[in-house]
Amino acid sequence: MSAVSAFHRRRAEARIAQRPGALVYGFLTLILVAAVFPFYWSFLIGSGDAGTLSDTSMSWIPGANFIANARSVVDNESVNFWRALGNSIIVSTVVSASVVFFATLAGFAFAKGRFTGQRGLLVFVIGTMCVPTQLSVVPLFIAMSAFGWTGTLGAVIVPGLVTAFGVFWMTQYIAQALPDELVEAGRIDGASMFQTFWRIALPAARPAAAMLGLFTFIMSWTNFFWPFIVLNQTNPTLPVALATLQANYFVDYSIVLAGVLLATVPLLLLFIAAGRQLVEGIMRGAVKG
Amino acid sequence: MTTSTLVVKDLTRRGLGLGENLGRWDLKYSPYLFVSPFFILFALVGLFPLLYTAWVALHAWDLLGGQGRWTGFDNFAFILQQRQFWVALRNTLSIFLLSAVPQLIFATAIAAALDTNLRNKTFWRMSVLLPFVVMPVAVTLIFGSMFGERYGLVNRTLADVGLGPIRWHTDPLASHIAIATMVNFRWTGYNALILLAGMQAISRDLYEAATIDGAGSLRRFFRITLPQLRPTIIFVIITATIGGLQIFDEPRLYDQNGLGGEDQQWMTMTIYLYKLGWTQLNFGRAASVAWMLFLVIVAIGLVNLAITRRIATGEGRTA
Repeated sequence: MSAVSAFHRRRAEARIAQRPGALVYGFLTLILVAAVFPFYWSFLIGSGDAGTLSDTSMSWIPGANFIANARSVVDNESVNFWRALGNSIIVSTVVSASVVFFATLAGFAFAKGRFTGQRGLLVFVIGTMCVPTQLSVVPLFIAMSAFGWTGTLGAVIVPGLVTAFGVFWMTQYIAQALPDELVEAGRIDGASMFQTFWRIALPAARPAAAMLGLFTFIMSWTNFFWPFIVLNQTNPTLPVALATLQANYFVDYSIVLAGVLLATVPLLLLFIAAGRQLVEGIMRGAVKG
Repeated sequence: MTTSTLVVKDLTRRGLGLGENLGRWDLKYSPYLFVSPFFILFALVGLFPLLYTAWVALHAWDLLGGQGRWTGFDNFAFILQQRQFWVALRNTLSIFLLSAVPQLIFATAIAAALDTNLRNKTFWRMSVLLPFVVMPVAVTLIFGSMFGERYGLVNRTLADVGLGPIRWHTDPLASHIAIATMVNFRWTGYNALILLAGMQAISRDLYEAATIDGAGSLRRFFRITLPQLRPTIIFVIITATIGGLQIFDEPRLYDQNGLGGEDQQWMTMTIYLYKLGWTQLNFGRAASVAWMLFLVIVAIGLVNLAITRRIATGEGRTA
């Protein structure tokens, strides 16, 4: 390579590695403001009173009524806030734990097992991701009514116990992260398939499993359509309770938005604690997918 | 010794019995056992409902009375003659386009900004993902208060700059824009991260070569980044299509009645399905709407495929 081209190459590298200009930071700051503003707005209205939203000289400084508004939310009997919070925690925890376990188990079998029909079954799993959930609500509801499950958390938990996305995700991860030699070594030592899974595959798959659990937890927490159909006001999850809150307080947005903030805080805390992993997980999944 | 007793315990617990060929059996059949939970669950809550939806759609069927007589394609014929069905289809497609197109453009721009050599990379990446943790129901209530016709923040700001109010809850297109804004708020950053991952997988040598050839950053973006990003873009479009066409949460909570507006201005297919099934208690018709929705999703998927193919060959020619 001539000295001239080496010179050009170094200059090119330097240009790519350069720190971006103010334009890029300005643009990202705008996006950041757009992402944060709705939270601020909710707090602004949620800390005011019934008249705040329609006040034409509305101040941009929050009021002092947030605690009072929040109390109206949790004290409202038809909203059932504490129950909804507890239900959301139960549903999201059980669903994400179950998805992680069964998806890792299936992912291990698909990635490291050798059985007839393996490829076909995996393709089938991926294919099911394209079936819209809405297509099955009518018969699912008929079935749940027949079992007498409507209004119970089981009706929300059971359909989500293992997902195609989860199986696909764990298969991809285990295939590249778990060396075949380790599985073989376990086998030679006389470990059963399940023991190999439990002692070798599960620990090796921990990063991907954590991401899957986090993602599933968020999806489950924010899910509205099916819980709204199959649950009722007396035993709701948080999104269902928020819908009730809106129906009860349609004239007073300060209480509605105080409730919205209360319902959002748990995931916000989760995001602060584990947002970095979530970002990494979404990006890693994208390259594979 | 300990391991083998464990094996035995493990296997007896699963009821496989004892024998010399245990190990081989384990190797051969355990994988089926391991993947079976997914297939059993899918059969129960996926496949069975899929087929059963078709069955219900072909019957008179109400929420209280249950299965009625066989009606063939009467439910479909009825649905297709309803003005509401076509309005719902129009609204769904309109909201979908208003959210998918700007979302893809913005997400690509954000991803390009994140793909530069930023300080505090993780901070900026997390900041664009923040809206993703807000449940759609909450997003709708927050934005709903901004898009009020009389007192909303948006109309008030418009008035401040001397523009007339927009009738966010009366005019169909305006309501679609408001709803699309809510969808975009939640998903743009998420998709930006997926596109960013795609961008980072592009070989840096390509950029280097282009830079040596004197290509500026814009030129590099359009000539290298976008073409190389095509598979990721297709992935984003497909997931946005499947999710976007089923939209329910936002239109449901956009007003207190939740049925898509007085004049069905923002009644989507899924709202229509809900209305038929759970307010008119007609499951036969609701099920046929579910099937129509499925067909629409498949059709849009095929259109997507055709367009992306064409773009691909077009690029081939210019290159």
